[in-house]
This record gives sequence, structure tokens and C-alpha cells, in this order.
Amino acid sequence: MMDAILFYAFAAIAVASAVVVISQRNPMYSALALIVTLCSVAVIFGLLGSPFIAVLQVIVYAGAIMVLFLFVLMLLNVKREEDGPGEGARTLRGLALALVALLVLQAGTVLLRFELAPAPSFDASTVEMARILFSPQFLYAFEATSILILAALVGAVVLAKKEL
Amino acid sequence: MESPGFVHHAILLSLVLFALGVLGVFLRRNVITVLMCIELMLNGVNLAFVAFSRAHGTLDGQVLVFFVMVVAASEAAVGLAIVIALDRHKDTLDLDAFNLLKG
Repeated sequence: MMDAILFYAFAAIAVASAVVVISQRNPMYSALALIVTLCSVAVIFGLLGSPFIAVLQVIVYAGAIMVLFLFVLMLLNVKREEDGPGEGARTLRGLALALVALLVLQAGTVLLRFELAPAPSFDASTVEMARILFSPQFLYAFEATSILILAALVGAVVLAKKEL
Repeated sequence: MESPGFVHHAILLSLVLFALGVLGVFLRRNVITVLMCIELMLNGVNLAFVAFSRAHGTLDGQVLVFFVMVVAASEAAVGLAIVIALDRHKDTLDLDAFNLLKG
């Protein structure tokens, strides 16, 4: 019962702050609202029985990635977005496409008739996650991510250098 | 938590978050806000992965979420570096100003 209340409360917060993210003209407010969304989704991860992913979401997303966003927003002189030509058409096109995306995804989940009752036994502890990540099935992919992060690190430094 | 609608509603929430991200990409013209909307979409996908992982009782979905997060972090770092370079060259973050590859 308590879980259900928490779930629906944080789902509502997530959707409301996501609406704020896309409706704000000032990117700073968007970033702050996105942090709220990410934290509420982290709570929902926890309620779905995934404490490892929930903690990862707060540390990596709300912590590291959003700090990077805020850092760049502060670094650059970001102005408030003003109405340009064709603003109405753009809004209409966006609404139509978002609606189509929602309908297609919804139709997909309805048509495929997933078995959506929670499985009875489910162990998503950090130990279990580590066992899977270091199992032969995912070990090479896991090691490959370190190369990806190194490449992104070097790429970001090169791209943001004074003279490109 | 074991109520049958719980996982289903989590998937509905992930659909809504993804659609809001799509809407944001088309509504906003600031590069940084568009990048944030992409993060929003990735989060919707992550939520679907976790919900399906819960429904199937296996951890494969959560491992995928882990990899999505790694890729999202790299994408944000490189994307924001490109934003800084763009701002240095054009002195604006308006997406309409970046039309170098337009025919």
C-alpha cells in the first residue's frame, strides 16, 4: 500500500517536472527540473526492486551528468529562448510527433501482450549485479565501456580546446 | 508493490517520459535543452528496461541500463564539448543558426 502511494506520487512528480523541462525557455530552469525528474525516477527504480540502478541513477545521472550540464550552462552565456519565425508550426509538428511516438509505443506494448505480473523471485542486490557484470556473458562489454569512456574523455578535451 | 498494475504503470510512465523527450526535442531551440531532452528519453528507456527486468525476474535488463548509463555519460561529455566549440564559433546556441551542412 505504502509502495503504491510512493509510486504514484513520484510518477506524478516525474511527469510534472518533465513537462517543466520541456516548457521552460530558460535552460537553467530546465536543468533543475530535470534533476527532480531523475531523482523521482530513481525512487521508482528503487520501488521496482532495483536498488543498484537507483543509486547509480542518483550518482551518475543526477550527480555527474547534470553537474556537467549546469557547469556548461554557467560557463556559456546562455540567453533566454525567444520566439523565432515559425514557432507555431514547430510546436504543432512536435506535438504531432510526440503523440505518434506515444501511440506507437503504447500499441507495441498492448499488441505484444507482455506478461507484466512481477516475477515471484527477484534478487537485484549489488552483489548479484556485480556477479552478472563480471560473468563471461558481459565481461568483455563491461571492459569495452572503459575504452568508450576513455575515448569520450579524450574527445571532449580535444573538442573543447581553444583552437579546434 | 506486488499489485499487478504496478509494473504496467511503470511502463506507461516510461512511455510518457519518452514522448515528452521527443516533444522537447522539437519544441526547444537551445542546443543544451535539446541534449537534456535526449537524457529524458534515455531515462524513459531505462525505466522500461527496469520494469521488464522486474516482470521477467532476470537481471539482464538492469545490465543493459548500466550500459545505457555509461553511453549516456559519454554522450553528454562529448555533446557538451561540441556545444562549447559551437558557441565559440557562432556565439549562439540557437539550433537554427547551425545550418552548415544544409543543402
